[in-house]
Amino acid sequence: MAAVASIEAGAQTPAPHAGPARRRRYPVWRWVILLLAGAYFLIPLYAALRFAGLKAFPDIFKQSGFFSAIGLSLRLAVITTAITLVLMVPTTVYVHLRLPQVRRMMEAITILPIVIPPIVLIIGVLKVAPGFLLGTPYLLALVYVILAMPFAYRSLDAGLRAFDLKTMVEASNSLGAGLPTTLWRVVLPNIRTAILSATVLTVALVLGEFTMASLALYVTFPVWIVQFEQNSGPVSVAASLLALFVTWILLMIIVTLGGRGARKRGGSQVALFSVAQQDFSQTMGEPE
Amino acid sequence: MAESTTQAGVPEAVSSGTLPGRVATSLRGTLRWLGVLPFGVYIALGLIAPTIAIAIASFKSSSGGFVKPSGGFTWSNVDTALHGTYLLGLKTSILLSIATAIVPGIFGLLIAYAIFTAKRGNLLRQVVITASGVFANFGGVPLAFLFIATLSTTGIVTGWIKDISGVDIWNHGFTLYNAYGVFFVYMYFQIPLMVLVILPALEGLKPAWREAAQNMGAGTWQYWRYVGGPVLLPSFLGCLLLLFGSAFSAYATAEALSGGTIALTPIQIGALLNGNVLAGQENLGYALGLIMVVIIAIVMIIYAILQRRGARWLR
Amino acid sequence: MSALVKAAEKEGHLNVITLPSNWANYGAIMKDFSAKYHIKITDANPEGSSGQEITAVQQLKGQSRAPDVVDVGTPFAVEGANDHLWAPYKVATWSNIPSNAKDANGDWYADYGGYVAIGYNPAKVKVAPTSFASLDNPAYKNMIGLNNSPTTAGAAFAAVYAAALANGGSFGNIEPGIKYFAHLKSIGNFVPTAIGGPTTVQNGTTPILIWWDYLLASEVKPVVPGFKIIIPSDSSYASYYDQAISATAPDPAAARLWEEYLYSTTGQNLWLQGFARPIELPTLVSSGTVDKTAYAELPPAPSGALTFPSQAQQASAENVVSQNWATQVGS
Repeated sequence: MAAVASIEAGAQTPAPHAGPARRRRYPVWRWVILLLAGAYFLIPLYAALRFAGLKAFPDIFKQSGFFSAIGLSLRLAVITTAITLVLMVPTTVYVHLRLPQVRRMMEAITILPIVIPPIVLIIGVLKVAPGFLLGTPYLLALVYVILAMPFAYRSLDAGLRAFDLKTMVEASNSLGAGLPTTLWRVVLPNIRTAILSATVLTVALVLGEFTMASLALYVTFPVWIVQFEQNSGPVSVAASLLALFVTWILLMIIVTLGGRGARKRGGSQVALFSVAQQDFSQTMGEPE
Repeated sequence: MAESTTQAGVPEAVSSGTLPGRVATSLRGTLRWLGVLPFGVYIALGLIAPTIAIAIASFKSSSGGFVKPSGGFTWSNVDTALHGTYLLGLKTSILLSIATAIVPGIFGLLIAYAIFTAKRGNLLRQVVITASGVFANFGGVPLAFLFIATLSTTGIVTGWIKDISGVDIWNHGFTLYNAYGVFFVYMYFQIPLMVLVILPALEGLKPAWREAAQNMGAGTWQYWRYVGGPVLLPSFLGCLLLLFGSAFSAYATAEALSGGTIALTPIQIGALLNGNVLAGQENLGYALGLIMVVIIAIVMIIYAILQRRGARWLR
Repeated sequence: MSALVKAAEKEGHLNVITLPSNWANYGAIMKDFSAKYHIKITDANPEGSSGQEITAVQQLKGQSRAPDVVDVGTPFAVEGANDHLWAPYKVATWSNIPSNAKDANGDWYADYGGYVAIGYNPAKVKVAPTSFASLDNPAYKNMIGLNNSPTTAGAAFAAVYAAALANGGSFGNIEPGIKYFAHLKSIGNFVPTAIGGPTTVQNGTTPILIWWDYLLASEVKPVVPGFKIIIPSDSSYASYYDQAISATAPDPAAARLWEEYLYSTTGQNLWLQGFARPIELPTLVSSGTVDKTAYAELPPAPSGALTFPSQAQQASAENVVSQNWATQVGS
């Protein structure tokens, strides 16, 4: 398998070309699956929409606390993303360049936030956080960085592995570029898609996170939606539908922009949401 | 996606250094770790410290303190946490998490495969990926309400079924509010999560291999048995682990649906720490949290063992 | 008193916590207090729980946004007293509060409460329920809900206590209540969802809802036309919440003024207008200062003095419920 893999090193994954054999392989089952999935995911949305009624949507913006809750969630999203990128991009690049043996450990560490229950994590954080932090909701942003880490790391890791980082850096060095220039003009553009995908995943996470925010007593948008349910069911349901829709539009915009960028560059096609389970399994499993 | 076997084992330290000798190498080696220092510090403060704090609190008897437990060392919290309704909660949580890892795992894989052969930039593919990103983070009360609006006694689908076939499913024992109902609703965020995490692994299935296999006369079954399956299996198991963790820690959705009638550990922790009824038993909640972390650690170890065995088999 | 008003107005601020504006008319109460004394009120985490109030008092100690006053369930008031979280204070009308509804020291004191009541939507519920026993009727299949779970929410826990009293139990024995709900679930009448509330009554998931009478009146009735509320004939269980002043309140004078206000005739009547029963209601009635219109709106209260479980009984009942709810009522 290693031999086969090395042929593809530096991969460009060609799009499947449509020959007669290919055409046969768009069988019915594919559409059945997608149809079933579509039904399962979309019908409940429709049911909720019917309950809320279209009239409830304009009412959302009139509710007390709506703007401050949304404002808080958006601020948290921006801060979390900023910290995550500032922390993870240099670290991942550094690990790829200088500490490849650590990669396995990084994979293991960065899976912990997913598997440690958020409810456990937040109560631990609340116990150890110093006083001045406890007073601000930005404590949540710091914790969200931890939650976002698995996805961010894997995106960046996959992005960095899609091209030959070492060769490029060495080439850049030999052409006379200093380290900052190399990083800025060689490395970053190549992982642009990965950074975008990490951003997108982080934003989606922050905008949807409920448990930790509510236990930490902060009224972020998801918390507001639940609290508001006691006041007005239809408006609360409309608000959650709106949140879903807006987040989805946001992601679509980012994905389209990012995808276009990658295609323009032509080369290293990295799947946009690269959570690299493949290599996690290899690093965990290979008896080296 | 490149599988980097190029870096196998070669210590980076061999590359250029300006200082001579072994001293240089080891100094360089130590300094090298500075690069991951920020990350390490962040993890230590944000992940390790809280976990240790919880571990410590689990063993303290609560003599009335809500946030700062006072009192001496005791096993009683851990003991209570492993008996009675809390033990039931742990068992149910584990079983539910396994079920909602495997079934959504398979569905997610199928969905991911169904779209992965679509051309990149294809609208279907982008829609599914972004929708998965959104749904994977959706849950709790809003999700519970979605399904109540759909499948409760006055739900829209219940109504459709009644109109079409005259059957009222609720009269025939269907219910949303038991473990099966919770399972059905959990799929709403578990399946998208699976799609997101398995897709890159599918990217690793080079179409060239499929054609090569076909050229050698392999049918679909043989392709999957000898090429596709083995390549995917490690990633698939890794994804299942993620799904297990995600289901295991899910709290708000199950609570909203079942109202405490299903014993699940995260719900019990919530009641102990955050509720309006039980006062002064926070340390029991911390003990339950600690046990959850231990269970996850065990699952990860099992997973690692399976991977090593599997990797050997794959060769 | 005027010295207190002066000091409070000087502070100009009051931090309250977990007071929803449509809960027992708190919205109007806060508005009136603010207007009267020019004190700005900040209400943190309006839909939070008593546990969160306690946590906030401890975590935010020393900060200007720490809660000044709390409105918590009795178990939490007691725990807080054990932890020395409260500053003892006796309002001017202290003697009007029954002695079994306050801490002798003045650490906490009951404020308002209500009875566990059954609310139902006559449009969907053709046979009117009258008691816990009457709910055992196949006509109510998939209809009866609680607000949240008895292991987490005071109202739901009280419903179980009330059911216990209706089925041969007592303050010391809540087990019959659990068995009652287990039975209701086994015959399919009980809908165990935790989001039972105005929305689920509206959309028909729980046309019958067991909750506090004042919340059924203030939160469900406005959105469900014709909604009816009755106190079960076979059990009248009332529970009162408690006020307490934080010992580390950032605005101590404002906090004390708030309490004086709440226990004045104005404050008590405002609660009454929220369909809650203020603790000094008997005094108000006998002295004629009660708001007669609001009083008439309340479902008729059972006669007799208020009885509450002792702290020991309540603590033990809570444990019994949390240990057994899932195993007995769950599938």
